Amino acid sequence: MDKLFIAAKSRAVPKTSRRDFLKVSAATGGGLVIGFNLSLGNKLALAQAAPAPNLNQPNAFLRIALDGTVTVQVKHLEFGQGVMTSLPMLLAEELKCDWTKIRAELAPAAPVYAHSSFGMQITGGSSSVSNSWEQLRTVGAMARTMLVTAAANRWKVAAGQCRAANGMVTGPGGKKAGYGELAEEAAKLPTPEKVALQLAKDFTIIGKPTRRIDAPAKVNGSARFGLDLTAKQIPNLHTAVVAHPPIFGARVVKFNADKVNGIPGITHVVQLDSGIAVVAKSFWAAKVGRDALQIEWDLEPGSKADSVAMSNNYRETARTPGLVAKKGNPDMLKGAAKTLVAEFEMPYLAHAAMEPLSCTVSVSGDKCELWVGSQLQTLDVLAAAKTAGVPPANVKLNTMLAGGGFGRRTNLSSDYVVEAVAIGKKVGVPVKMVWTREDDMKAGSYRPMYVHRIEAGLDASNKISAWNHTVVGQSLVAGTPFEQAFVKDGIDASSMEGIVDTPYDIPNMHATLHTTKIGVPVLFWRSVGHSHTAYAMETAMDDLAKLAGQDPVAFRRAYLGKHPKVLKTLNLAAEKAGWGSALPKGRARGVAVHESFGSVVAHIVEVSMDKGELKLHRIVSAIDCGLVVNPLTVAAQVESSAVYGMSAALYGKITLKDGVVEQSNFHNYPLLRMAEMPKVEVHIVPGGETPTGVGEPGLPPIAPAISNALFALTGKRLRTLPFDLASLKV
Amino acid sequence: MILFTVNGERISTNVDPSTPLLWFLRDNLQLTGTKYGCGMALCGACTVHVNGEPMRACSTPISAIVGKKVTTIEVIGKSAVGKKVQDAWIAEDVVQCGYCQSGQIMAATALLTKNKAPSDADIDAAMSGNVCRCGTYNRVRAAIKVAAGLKPAASVKPAAAPAAAKKSVKA
Repeated sequence: MDKLFIAAKSRAVPKTSRRDFLKVSAATGGGLVIGFNLSLGNKLALAQAAPAPNLNQPNAFLRIALDGTVTVQVKHLEFGQGVMTSLPMLLAEELKCDWTKIRAELAPAAPVYAHSSFGMQITGGSSSVSNSWEQLRTVGAMARTMLVTAAANRWKVAAGQCRAANGMVTGPGGKKAGYGELAEEAAKLPTPEKVALQLAKDFTIIGKPTRRIDAPAKVNGSARFGLDLTAKQIPNLHTAVVAHPPIFGARVVKFNADKVNGIPGITHVVQLDSGIAVVAKSFWAAKVGRDALQIEWDLEPGSKADSVAMSNNYRETARTPGLVAKKGNPDMLKGAAKTLVAEFEMPYLAHAAMEPLSCTVSVSGDKCELWVGSQLQTLDVLAAAKTAGVPPANVKLNTMLAGGGFGRRTNLSSDYVVEAVAIGKKVGVPVKMVWTREDDMKAGSYRPMYVHRIEAGLDASNKISAWNHTVVGQSLVAGTPFEQAFVKDGIDASSMEGIVDTPYDIPNMHATLHTTKIGVPVLFWRSVGHSHTAYAMETAMDDLAKLAGQDPVAFRRAYLGKHPKVLKTLNLAAEKAGWGSALPKGRARGVAVHESFGSVVAHIVEVSMDKGELKLHRIVSAIDCGLVVNPLTVAAQVESSAVYGMSAALYGKITLKDGVVEQSNFHNYPLLRMAEMPKVEVHIVPGGETPTGVGEPGLPPIAPAISNALFALTGKRLRTLPFDLASLKV
Repeated sequence: MILFTVNGERISTNVDPSTPLLWFLRDNLQLTGTKYGCGMALCGACTVHVNGEPMRACSTPISAIVGKKVTTIEVIGKSAVGKKVQDAWIAEDVVQCGYCQSGQIMAATALLTKNKAPSDADIDAAMSGNVCRCGTYNRVRAAIKVAAGLKPAASVKPAAAPAAAKKSVKA
């Protein structure tokens, strides 16, 4: 096979790099590996635990086949956010290839696919495009340079006399050759040490609305998700379903599998640290078997967390100051002319992706192979190695398409990976471990429950004079490998983001945090800390506007003098929504704007209430996400995160009673449906030199925008999520 | 012995008759385009056609489909309506994670087979059983209208649409 392998090893944010150096080594099969190291920069400490990079493997970012087809290895998980299209766009722009010949594959776990800032392979922080921005364009330019040089050598002309465009190199006298014909010769050439990248004004692919590469396979059922592996792909594949403890931390005392063993197709029943696994030739047999198990649990070591008790306790705690995250002078409140006191409660939330979690594993001798839709391959590989008792280098992780993830697959504990490997090791046959919807929803790793308390004051001229903000809730990263990077002086930055870095110029802002310890596993959830902080910030701003007798948009503008990007986004949404114009009787508008992941999103929603039912009529959104790579994706992601946020605001709630999770499936954890969907318009603030996040920033401002609209409509403020619409009745 | 057809192929099986059609399709026939989402007919990811009617395969035991014709996402593009729906889905760039889209397309095809010009209310009624966690509802609605010829497809230039959908999965 004549292929060009190009691998880029980037260990730092390109901006902070001091020098680049290149390593070239021969790969098998006549190809070539080009590795480039950027200086180490600000990588996370935990990356040091990852296996050392090995540049001698064919860990490619791109492969050019003889027919000119260019296959791009996508280093981030595709789970809806569109990286299988946007990342190839970056590379193709510099490669100057024919876009219709681009194919995309999900890269397996390998050090070479590390996130440029985090030093490990991770999909998160709405950063897939931004961290690939320099890297993949550089890789594309290197490959193009080598193809041009190969053509020049073939034609015995200077490279400067040749041009690359549309998958073809042309030279003097009408000479031309396709990339596929040149790939083999190009592969034998030295890697260019320096390549110049195009200016934005010359882009022909970046910035153009581009349909998704993965769409055809997703409309005919051929796209293969993690759950879709069968014995056709992995011979002798079995399915495992696990009985998990009724409360977090409970242990198996004993179990009786008498009723299980007679079920046709069941091959193994094995005890794990996390429960009892039933393994069978098919899912249904394994599931019926799992349900027939009789298990005695020791509940004593388990968590008895109870939502009602937690609510009381958190609210009480919020009245006392916690650890200082942002220092202001709370005493200034005493002189305020008017005061707002607001207490908020946000519940635990499940990720509830459409594809329930699964992990497929084959443990054989000292080798372990995984197939999993992972957002954090580096840690999953290390966890699998530990569980299987093999060196990390002997773990092969194949990244599968995921039917959503929203943070659940950024699996700091690697819970479902560890469980699958433990089963695979015990039974000695390849196993696909499947969590049912109920397993998925009850297994924890939720967005934590939080209580916020805000005391804010206006002075005699109706200007904010002080803001005292206290947050109570669990840390997302305590006790995990991320703790060192996220927690400073006892403050988990992810608990306070969106408050301490608010773009509003608020004098005397004082923010403190109480980090609680509860035996309920928690994890990143789409937009992370912003998922709760924006609600408190943006509804309190609305309350203060009301208290000041001012228009909510005008009131916000006065505090955004130092943040023109936020102001511009707010103004664009207000203009497009016709803020201030008359509405039909019984309708009201609400606004919210929030900055997260380097981007700003403002939503303006129109609502009405009919017989106690909320009707969402229209959402007008504006986003500033820097330089836009694919406008279709930007619009899709703003809409997507708004819908995700609406489900949470209207319905999302995981509650515990005596340690037992009370929700199990979509009947008691409802999600927004087609008939409830409002019209959405997304407007993009033009300009920007580099791309910033788009997968999450649309979420934080949606719930406060709806709440503010309901406040405008009814005069009543909802401070507990999800909304209790019945409380709005006059 | 249970007899029925799947995508035109005759099936006879001795599998436990209470086995849901979903798992028979996925595990026994390895037709994995039909997805598992909830197991309780709450999300629509497992929607197939049984004698042309949309059914939730997760809650339909194979004993209930004796003598009936099952059609899945793998062959829906062979019908004129199904092909139009798939093409519209690509033109409107509907999919995100894609996991619910097999069910969405089966539900939309069933709707358009019976109702050539659905209103918004018809679309709400036919599609509200299909949950999409990525929130593609507005693009689903637009694609249904494009497939019905009620609105022109979104024009997207240049960078082109990807290659046409393959229909390669065998029963």
